[in-house]
Amino acid sequence: MTALLAVEELHVEIPLALGTLRPVRGVSFEVERGKTLSIVGESGCGKSLTSLAIMNLLPRGARRTATRLGFGGSDLLGLDEREMADLRGNEIAMIFQEPMTSLNPAFTIGNQLEEALLRHRKVARGEARARAVYLLEKVGITAAPERLRQYPHQLSGGLRQRVMIAMALMCGPKLIIADEPTTALDVTIQAQILHLLAALRREFEMGVILITHDLGVVARIADRVAVMYAGEIVESGSVEEIFARPLHPYTQGLMRCIPVPGKSRRGEHLGSIPGMVPSLIGALRGCAFSNRCSHAFERCAVESVALGEIAPGRAYRCLLSAEACARNALEAAAQ
Amino acid sequence: MTPPVLEIREVERRFWVSGGAFKATRALSAVAGVSLAVRRGEVLGLVGESGCGKTTLARMMLGLLQPTSGTILFGGEPIEKLDRAGLARRVQPVFQDPYSSLNPRKSIGSIIGLPLRVHGLGTRSEWRPRIEEMMDRVGLARRFYRSYPSQLSGGQRQRVAIARALIMRPEVVICDEPTSALDVSVQSQILNLLQDLQRDFNLTYVVISHNLAVVEHLATRVAVMYLGRIVEENETTALFRTPRHPYTQALLASVLTPEPGLGVPDTHLGIAFPNPLEPPSGCPFHPRCPHAIPLCAAQAPERHRFDGAIAECHLYDDIGQNSGKPMI
Amino acid sequence: MSVESFIGIGDRLQPSAAAILRRRVFGHTTFVFGAGTLAFILLVALNASWLAPHDPYAQNLAQRLIPPIWNADGSWTHVLGTDQLGRDYLSRVIYGTRISLLIGTAAMTMSGLIGTTLGVLAGYFGGRIDLAINFIITTRLAMPIILVALAVAALAGSSLENVILVLGLLLWDRFAVVTRSVTLQVRGLDYVAAAQAVGCSSLRVLASEILPNILNAIIVVATLEMANAILLEAALSFLGVGVPSPLPSWGLMIAEGKEYMFFTPWVITIPGVALFTLVLAINLLGDGVRDLTAPENRN
Repeated sequence: MTALLAVEELHVEIPLALGTLRPVRGVSFEVERGKTLSIVGESGCGKSLTSLAIMNLLPRGARRTATRLGFGGSDLLGLDEREMADLRGNEIAMIFQEPMTSLNPAFTIGNQLEEALLRHRKVARGEARARAVYLLEKVGITAAPERLRQYPHQLSGGLRQRVMIAMALMCGPKLIIADEPTTALDVTIQAQILHLLAALRREFEMGVILITHDLGVVARIADRVAVMYAGEIVESGSVEEIFARPLHPYTQGLMRCIPVPGKSRRGEHLGSIPGMVPSLIGALRGCAFSNRCSHAFERCAVESVALGEIAPGRAYRCLLSAEACARNALEAAAQ
Repeated sequence: MTPPVLEIREVERRFWVSGGAFKATRALSAVAGVSLAVRRGEVLGLVGESGCGKTTLARMMLGLLQPTSGTILFGGEPIEKLDRAGLARRVQPVFQDPYSSLNPRKSIGSIIGLPLRVHGLGTRSEWRPRIEEMMDRVGLARRFYRSYPSQLSGGQRQRVAIARALIMRPEVVICDEPTSALDVSVQSQILNLLQDLQRDFNLTYVVISHNLAVVEHLATRVAVMYLGRIVEENETTALFRTPRHPYTQALLASVLTPEPGLGVPDTHLGIAFPNPLEPPSGCPFHPRCPHAIPLCAAQAPERHRFDGAIAECHLYDDIGQNSGKPMI
Repeated sequence: MSVESFIGIGDRLQPSAAAILRRRVFGHTTFVFGAGTLAFILLVALNASWLAPHDPYAQNLAQRLIPPIWNADGSWTHVLGTDQLGRDYLSRVIYGTRISLLIGTAAMTMSGLIGTTLGVLAGYFGGRIDLAINFIITTRLAMPIILVALAVAALAGSSLENVILVLGLLLWDRFAVVTRSVTLQVRGLDYVAAAQAVGCSSLRVLASEILPNILNAIIVVATLEMANAILLEAALSFLGVGVPSPLPSWGLMIAEGKEYMFFTPWVITIPGVALFTLVLAINLLGDGVRDLTAPENRN
């Protein structure tokens, strides 16, 4: 079965006064129909720019290059801006962190939902309205026909995010890119929204790219995980593999950093990753993580490391063998 | 017995909100009758959704807002009896966003030393060594003394904010979402630092957070707020083991621990956070509560005390109190 | 949205030294042009006494309305020609820079002090103080400057001091409105709350936390108001209620020349161009300051 989206060797470059910033450096991954790929990493790792590059929505001045951006049967690299605009919101939909900035405050919810469909499909407005009501009910909004007449500012944050999801679904997209969709929401609302997203993905057989920094969200909703660090994927695999046997020292470090109720004890120190992300201006020498890695040795600072596949769909980017990496994780956990 | 280092007695805070051009102004009770006592060396976690009043409560504890009614006492002394310097020596804040909590036009040394200058503590020549000592203590390199906030990373800025809060050696530090603007790897460093400082200086913390994992990690006691009221309060381990109030139960169920395969729980909470201008009748949680009974809409629940714990819920009126477990 | 906010690594792009700031400042054509022209005019004003070839007040009716040098009848003794009273036009234009800059700076400083004080107080304290100050601002906006100047001239006579006072006391509204709104923004930031929690007095919070952070906005308004004051002075002088004759005000020069403009158009074009250049330079400088201090340009 071919993947829904196949990204190969995606680069983003931004020329700055100080040199060329390379925030995404050779990212490759695939998303399958009905599956969720989670791209996880800290701020500045390039996860959001990766998604914007796929949509060709990069900020002004940024350049993208890739060997392939296969989507369905076509290659997104070959499409011009008009064809891309036909695709956005239609075949591929995006959900952002702050729904207030993505909804137009001057139009009603109903107007915006209907427009999302009318822009791409030749249907009657009544039909569009019917679909809007159907989808609002689908995302758990009661009294949908009345909601259609409301403006975005009349809704709470959780409701707005539900409206955003409904809007993303208007054209029945094949792929949804959700960039930190629940970061601005309260925990109870976050759980509800993620629950909904998972159910809708199953029902509509969509592929989902979920971009987040929250390992808890990743664990509960993703099928596959790609961990990004300094513009590169440092580890990828199934969600069970990543959490049961993280290989890259960065992934292992991240897992030790987060407090887990019932596991981390009060008064005990959490793990931490000392140091800072290297500057992404110009070329990097050696492994990007070597300056913060407790297992780094001489070769790490000079040799560039490739993403090595150890099993189908399981890869990591480290000079150490997978066995050595797993052993390191056990030793760190024992301490 | 010494009085608690911080005590809040039936504090209420109302804001007047204009209802529109032709409507009268209406009262919004951001904090509606909160009582709390924090003992020296305790870490009180304050959790709740946005809009539940936890930030308003924090601003009142800092003396930045006056309560509409009720009193706040530090070591038995009412807050209004304390002068500026006295209050600053008792309580200091650490805010959420290290980008807006530091004046961008001031050097790090002058930000940390601000309390010393304002209250004229010690002589000018003593300030620098004291500031540098505090920088060492929070893990900031001394070379940042003359740097400006824009030259520092988020984690380093939060260390500056902590140093500024601690230089007066306050008794209580109010941490309002101290790590939620930080990256995961930086968050753990700041949490470790807060824990070390608490032990070394015998500090008392009030930690406000929506991140229950952070609260569980730091706090000795936890108070759960909903719509301006504390609906449950208990010792941390007990609260996480046996949450009594249905809202606490929903909150805990919503915590997504990094355990694959468990999926996302359905909290059955309903979506509508109530409009605080028109609070629901009876128990403020009843419209969302999966266990609501007719009584809940009619009458506000009383404060039920268990050994060391408090819960405001009708489910404990008779059966619950006897069994010590919710009837659900 | 800026590139930095997308990638969130603005910190690591922070310039190491003033070198980058310098490059940014000097790379900004508008700013360089505005600042350069203004500096030139300032130098002219300061050195007017030896730059001017003649006494700007010396009349010589035998030499009236001599055309400037680019005209066929022009002469090198009077490079920009003479006016209807035979006074050297170049000397008058050179001395005119003093009047314009003096009035611009003085009126701007006065209105800046008034407006900033009102705006900062309204924004910081809010509530009743805000209501009261807003009322004062509205009242001021209802007063037409020209009519007030006419009244002052009628009651107190026209003099340089009166022009400065009228403009200084009437041009503060934009300062007040702008500083009020930026103060409102800054007041909500956590570092202000932190300073209050530390026990700073309101005065100290205003002086050391608020003012330094609204300075950019004040500078931008100041340039606008300076240009505005200079233009208004010219207008008032043109109407005869501004700077009194024989002071070499550019506005007055235009007024005095208007009867001759069909035969000797330079008498109004020369001071007109001078006025235009000065006001343009100040506005360009203001634009430059605004661009250079805008947060999204700080990388």
